Amino acid sequence: MSDQNTITGNAPVAPRLALRDRSLILKVLTNPLGVFSAVTVTLFAFIAIFADSLVRYDPGRIDYLALNAPPSAEHWLGADGLGRDIFDRLLIGTRFTLSGALLAVLMAAIIGCTSGLLSGYFGGIWDTIGTWFTSVIQALPGLVVLLAAAAILGTNLYLAMFIFGFLLSPSFYRLTYVIVRGVRNELYVDAARVAGLSDLRIMLRHILGVVRAPIIIQAGIITSIAIAIQSGLQFLGFGDVESITWGSMLSEGFKVLTVEPLQLLWPSLLIAWVMIALIVFANTLRDELERVGARVRRATRKSMTDHVKAEAEDAIVHPEPDRQGELLLDVDQLEIGYLQATGKYNVVVHNTTLTINKGEVVGLVGESGSGKTQTALAILGLLPAGGTILDGRLVFDGIDLRNIRGKDYDKLRGARISYIPQEPMSNLDPNYTVGSQLIERLRVVMGMSKSDAKTRALQLLDKVGMPNPEKTFSSYPHEISGGQAQRVLIAAALSCEPDLIIADEPTTALDVTIQAEILELLRDLQKETGVAILLVTHNFGVVADLCDRVVVMQYGRVVESGAILDIFDNPQHPYTRELLGAILDENGAARGAYVAPTAKAGK
Amino acid sequence: MTELLLDVRNVEVTYHGKKIGKHGFKALKGVSLDIRPGEVVGLVGESGCGKTTLGRAILGLAPVTAGEIIFEGRDIAHASRAERKEIARDIQVVFQDPYTSLNPSMNIEQILSEPLLAQGVSKAEARGRVKDLLDAVALPADAGERRPREFSGGQRQRIAIARALALNPKLIVCDEPVSALDLSTSARVLDLFLEIQERTGVAYLFISHDLAVVRHVSHRVAVMYHGEIVEWGDGDQVTSHPQHPYSKRLMMAAPVPHPTLQAKRREERKALLAAG
Repeated sequence: MSDQNTITGNAPVAPRLALRDRSLILKVLTNPLGVFSAVTVTLFAFIAIFADSLVRYDPGRIDYLALNAPPSAEHWLGADGLGRDIFDRLLIGTRFTLSGALLAVLMAAIIGCTSGLLSGYFGGIWDTIGTWFTSVIQALPGLVVLLAAAAILGTNLYLAMFIFGFLLSPSFYRLTYVIVRGVRNELYVDAARVAGLSDLRIMLRHILGVVRAPIIIQAGIITSIAIAIQSGLQFLGFGDVESITWGSMLSEGFKVLTVEPLQLLWPSLLIAWVMIALIVFANTLRDELERVGARVRRATRKSMTDHVKAEAEDAIVHPEPDRQGELLLDVDQLEIGYLQATGKYNVVVHNTTLTINKGEVVGLVGESGSGKTQTALAILGLLPAGGTILDGRLVFDGIDLRNIRGKDYDKLRGARISYIPQEPMSNLDPNYTVGSQLIERLRVVMGMSKSDAKTRALQLLDKVGMPNPEKTFSSYPHEISGGQAQRVLIAAALSCEPDLIIADEPTTALDVTIQAEILELLRDLQKETGVAILLVTHNFGVVADLCDRVVVMQYGRVVESGAILDIFDNPQHPYTRELLGAILDENGAARGAYVAPTAKAGK
Repeated sequence: MTELLLDVRNVEVTYHGKKIGKHGFKALKGVSLDIRPGEVVGLVGESGCGKTTLGRAILGLAPVTAGEIIFEGRDIAHASRAERKEIARDIQVVFQDPYTSLNPSMNIEQILSEPLLAQGVSKAEARGRVKDLLDAVALPADAGERRPREFSGGQRQRIAIARALALNPKLIVCDEPVSALDLSTSARVLDLFLEIQERTGVAYLFISHDLAVVRHVSHRVAVMYHGEIVEWGDGDQVTSHPQHPYSKRLMMAAPVPHPTLQAKRREERKALLAAG
């Protein structure tokens, strides 16, 4: 079930396992596999309910003239060793087989879901009891318990399935528990508590909806397991002699296997058919729930050029006569698109032009969705799946980045262009020490020996201001703070003496006092090494602190670029002005003193 | 002397781990703070300092292990669920993350009417109130039938504000309500907070890590550090002329959004750190 648990991500577009709308049922029914399983389930439900009217003979009727009769007009699928009509017995058997399985699943779902809901929601003592009980149940060998129960309590099909349901309940418990624990921490549940809702109401309104779909999926799988186990028990002869089930027919068919192999075939076919249909149903429902948007079509060559060319609104470019250094990175009229379900490209970056000279620190500023990160990732050659550079030039120090692939890009990325990410912690592998992650890079990219790499790694840690490099070297990522982790990643980025560092919101995840230290460090290291930096950020304070030049992006376009003072003191584009105007000036007037509400007349 | 709306006295919150014999984590170490009716009190500090915990303690979402939280003369630190239902009319919340604070499977009308229905307001009445609320936060009237995923971060935060306003509370705990938003969106949402506050006279406990945001909205400001309030007073005073070394460091660390001013600030910060 782990794949279901990972879906509760916090990305805004992440699909949630919730039966959210009717379109989901429609989606399942338009999927060919969904149709297969839906038809099967409906058919067998119908047979189970109306079996009495569908049979042509009394299923218990013994016809001595038709012992082991082959299929004929009279007995469509033949007759068994006692001359009973096999087709009729299969119909009646459907009823007992399915109702037995259903009983087991209902038992399991009611016990499992209720206890999972309670212990997941309330935690504490409920949690302890629930976990303890499920562990005990799971420790019991299911089949042995059922056989023992059959020996003591007699061979009643429904009783066996009742007990089996109890044994299956942990699978529902664990599923519900995990999901509820996740939802329990959602802020909307907190908001409901603050709104004064009772626990019962919160569970019904906010939690049950999320649990419902995974439980239906689970129920499909568990039903098919129940059918298998039940048939197995009946086949072994521990079943109920009174009731006709597919399992008992299997057992009877097995006895005449050498004479009449077809008698074994019919119930086997039905068991397989229903089990497959149930599992296919569960998988289809899960697939449809997890699918983001519609099914994606393959890109065609035509669609690459077919996308709508953006209307070129020229960016405002401030003249920069004082610019120094030679050209390092040249991004010209870059267009980046993502392949849509329709087969067309959604263009997220249009006509973006920016240049970075050696030794320059360039701020790429914009709000979410402005295309700044996409541009940075394109330079690194790390656009997510579906993203493509559609048009434009991307040249780094004479190398056309659009023409190199695979290993060639790897060499460039490691050695000449490096990257400082936003989330320092998630960019360090928790399984390895900080030191080994630094060394690996030095050995692979720079071809250093192990001892040289260690010496260099310690130097680097010292350089980025780690008070005790040896200690940090042998620490695991969880043993260092977020600010220290970012220092480690800066050390890693510097390790191969790159020409260009792409820093994507390098201080956004950090506290302001730590941010100040990291900015200080970046500035010092930049001065010392002369590396060029492309600083992607939304924070004008960070830009003011570090950058020589600024490029402002909005809606995937560059709207203005220029030297830092020109942008801050003489912004031309309305959007740049809006952004600068939105900054809360801490030198401006504060809120002012409090006036008691009596002074204001009424509300 | 104006009567206090909320009086937090020496509140401690300790989170206990599962292991027996281990001392729990003390998130708040005796915090005192008060809010007058219609006042905005800013609470500023860095991650892990306990500012969110204080907000949650007031909302009844964090275990208060010592001290009192007095709201309109009665101690609500250990209120039962039934009492909480009553308090819900007076104390509401706007959370930081507009993506997880709204249930994705409910539509906006259901989200906004939920607190009303919980207080026994009739469905028809709640429906009318939802219209007013959408209007109050400048969302279109047809927003009610749509679901959260159809709205941007800023719009979602407006919905969260509308939900907090539904019961006409006297105090709203705003926990980093603009820090997940873009710069220009954040400015507009802050304006909305101020407009509502001035119009309705609701009091805010405004929690943020951003000194400039807190300064912009607050009458009084408290600076929190390691579970304690280290400085507390008039908003302008605390944010422009901080006294406590930590408040000073906090102020100096925030980069000024102008290159030359920031260069000056950088020097000041270096001097402060060298002196400290």
